[in-house]
This record gives sequence, C-alpha cells and structure tokens, in this order.
Amino acid sequence: MLIETHGLSVRRGNATVLRDVDLAIAQGEIVTIVGPNGSGKSTLVRALIGLEPLSAGTLWRKPGLRIGYVPQRLHVDATLPMTVRRFLSLPQRVSDEAARVALTRTGVPDVAQRQLSGLSGGQLQRVLLARALLSQPDIFILDEPTQGLDQPGTAAFYRLIEELRAETGAAVLMVSHDLHVVMSASDRVICLNGHVCCQGAPHVVSAAPEYRALFGLGTGGTLALYRHLHDHDHDGEAHAHNHDHAREHEDA
Amino acid sequence: MPDDFILRAALAGVGLMLAAGPLGAFVIWRRMAYTGDATAHAAILGVALALATEMPIALGTAIVALAMALAVSALTGRGRAADTVLGVLAHSALALGLVAVSFLPSVRSDLSVWLFGDVLTVNARDVATIWAGSGAVLGLLAWRWGALLTATLSDELSQAAGFSPRRQQLVLTVAVALTVAVALKIVGALMTGAMLVIPAAAARSLARSPEAMALWAVLIGSLSVVGGLIASLRLDTPAGPSIVVVAATIFALTLPLARYR
Repeated sequence: MLIETHGLSVRRGNATVLRDVDLAIAQGEIVTIVGPNGSGKSTLVRALIGLEPLSAGTLWRKPGLRIGYVPQRLHVDATLPMTVRRFLSLPQRVSDEAARVALTRTGVPDVAQRQLSGLSGGQLQRVLLARALLSQPDIFILDEPTQGLDQPGTAAFYRLIEELRAETGAAVLMVSHDLHVVMSASDRVICLNGHVCCQGAPHVVSAAPEYRALFGLGTGGTLALYRHLHDHDHDGEAHAHNHDHAREHEDA
Repeated sequence: MPDDFILRAALAGVGLMLAAGPLGAFVIWRRMAYTGDATAHAAILGVALALATEMPIALGTAIVALAMALAVSALTGRGRAADTVLGVLAHSALALGLVAVSFLPSVRSDLSVWLFGDVLTVNARDVATIWAGSGAVLGLLAWRWGALLTATLSDELSQAAGFSPRRQQLVLTVAVALTVAVALKIVGALMTGAMLVIPAAAARSLARSPEAMALWAVLIGSLSVVGGLIASLRLDTPAGPSIVVVAATIFALTLPLARYR
C-alpha cells in the first residue's frame, strides 16, 4: 500500500466536510474519485497530501512516499516572472536534459523558455504533469487536471496519464467530474459525497444505485463510458477495456 | 572624496537593500504589501518599549515588529482578503506607538527621526548592526529559496514536495520583522514599506526570472539610496523621503519597459 486511511474525517468550523473515509491505494493502480461539487473531493486530496488537519481517523503514507502533484489550476501572479524551465527546478533542481525529456514526454517540447503565466490551459497542465514526472513519484495525485480542456484534449491527457502509469509503475489518484471520459481508464472508482458512497470497478460503480442517486442517470440522460484504443498492454493486469474506441451509452 | 557620514549612510542603505530587495519581491508576489506597512508602523511602539526598558532600539523594534508580523500573519492567512484587518492593525499600531512615545519626553522631541529615518547620522556600529541584520535575512531567504518560491506558487505543490507552506509563511514573517528593525534608522517607520515594495515593483519590468527580479530590486534600491543621498545633500531635503522619491522615479521610468508576457 502507498496510502491508507481509516475513518478519516475533516471538519471546517462546525461543518463536517469529510467523514469516515476508508481508502487504500496500492502500487500502480489508477483510482478515480468522482463526486458532485462540494462533495469534499479537493479536501480529501489536501488531506492526503497533509494540508488538512484530521478531526478524526488515521492517515498512513508509505515512509518516504514521493508524490507527483498536479493541481486543479495554477494561478501564476503576473508579478512573478517564471519560465517553464525554472519552474521545473522547483523545489528540487533538475538537469536541462531531464527537463527536456520530461517536457517532450508530456507533449510540450518547445515551451521551456516561455513564461508560465503566458501558457494556455492545456500547455500549463502538461507542464505541471512534466514537473510531477520529474519528481519520480510513487504516486501521481491529480486534482481535476483537465478543467478547461475540451473533450479531445481531455481524452488525450488521460491517455498520457495511463501511458505514464505504464512506463513508471506509479499509482495514479485522480479527482474528476469528467465522468464521460475518465472512468474506463480507472482500475477503481470511488464515489464521494462527504463520505464514500460506493466504490469499485468503473462499470460496477456506474451501475450502483448510490452513484445513480448522486448523478442521476447522467447529464441529459446519457452516461457514457469512454473507451479508447490501446496500443499497448498494462503488464498483463486484468483490464476490462474494449479496444474499440466506441462510446457505450447507458441511456435512461 | 565624499565625507565619512555620506559613505556610512550609503553603506547603511545598500546594506538594507541586500535584504529588502529579495524580500520585497516576495512581498509583491504574495501580496504582503500591507503586512509590511503594518509591521513597520508597529516599530514605533518598539522604540517606545526599548526606551522605556533601556533595551537596544533595534532589539525593541525587532521584538514588537515580530509580534505584529505574527499577529497579522495569523489573522489574515495567505490569499484571504484582509484589507480591513490590516488597515485597522497598521494604523492602530502607528497611533498606539505615537501615544506611547509621547510619554517619553526624550523621544518626543525628535519623533520625526523614527517616522522618517535619519540615515545621515548612522555611526559605524549602526552600519555593522544593519549589515548583520540584513545578512541574516538574506541568508534565511537564500537557504529556503526554492521552498519559498514553491509555496508562493501553490500551497499544495509545496506540501506535496514536503515543504509546509505554513513554515514558509513563518520564514517570510520573521524576515519582514527583521528587515523592519534594520530599516527603521534608515528610512523610518513610514517609509520602510516603500523600500520593500517600490524597488521590487520596478524590478518586475526588467526580469524574466524570480532570481533576476530579486537582483534587480537590490540594484534599483541601492541606486535609489545613492541617488537619494546625493539629492538630499544638494537640495537640503530629508534623506529618507528623498531615497523613496528616487525609487519611485525609477519605478515610473521602468514602466514602459514592462514585458509582462
């Protein structure tokens, strides 16, 4: 196990934001947390990183656990001059070669000398991912990493994350409300609404009554599992993907 | 050959900028300008405390400035809109300091020294104290530089990398308090905030990296010190405000150079 929580609860003032969250993330798995706005997704991520004091429960992290964190968005103040190259060396210095390789791998090979505040949303997300990659993480933690990307951009970003998981063996914990795209890529989906409503394989969760109660039957009646083409295999792990790049609609 | 007192004044001012340049950059990036003001204003109260208890002035101001900086930091937190709290604290601290000082006749007479500084009268020991204090701040910032920058960009990125953003905030709070104590004799309680903010703001237009911005802030601040002292001698104007006027002029001149993108 990399991270394990038992009965994790977080309180803000008098409001309980999270209660009784039991969660375990093993080496190399992709876990997606879905939940409506205000369900405590981001708070859970902050708690796992160590930013939120727990009001109850326990949080265990593998000693020396390296986290590659990709935030929801990074607001870079216009008063702070910072090139992409400089940013990649925060807080630990990395070599020019390592920086070049990482930026190339995440699909933004030409932005090294650009100012961070001048990047597009999609470029910034890939730079953030490159920085996470450079920390040689045991686990990537991504908080709604595709906000502001269009659907093809989102799909490409998730495909990249899957590939990185396959290449590095790092686990992935992802927060999302991009239900359409994310779920088939996950080994496990955790449905959160202040507490863990249900969890399991994507198709199991999407069929669960708790999930349907939270999300209805999808926006506009469609709930889609996006399945895309894989050109590689994930170390023989059992995956329930159809390699057919089709969308499967579960209409109401 | 300039007189000794001018050399000492220039050394004192440049010494201050070694700390105030890089720290000022953080003050701008993290929007702590008002925090700097509140802390500097509280220094007057520190003067009163030091004189009443026969403590060294620098120590008294450092203690009160630190208490104020910690209070502001605790009350506001990062990113929270706190104009009101800071406005109340900054001006209350100044008023309280002035009232406290009025009980001490020895200070009452030359209050303007503490409000606007008196850099032309610094002695060799003052210069040594200033360089020691500035050196400590600069060392602190250099030691924590990467972590401070990371925490300035994002609390989460910082924590995920193993650096508590709270600790970085504390480092900066202590640095502001120390710098205020150093700056009091040079530009006074009312102008200290200006020496943090203006050179760093001018540096923004010239820099493409955080390190370059910090360096430019030191250079621009030092230039302002020298220019202000010369102007003060030639025109018989008060030294502290003259330094700030020169800094503001340089800021205005750098504006057209701004390449924010």
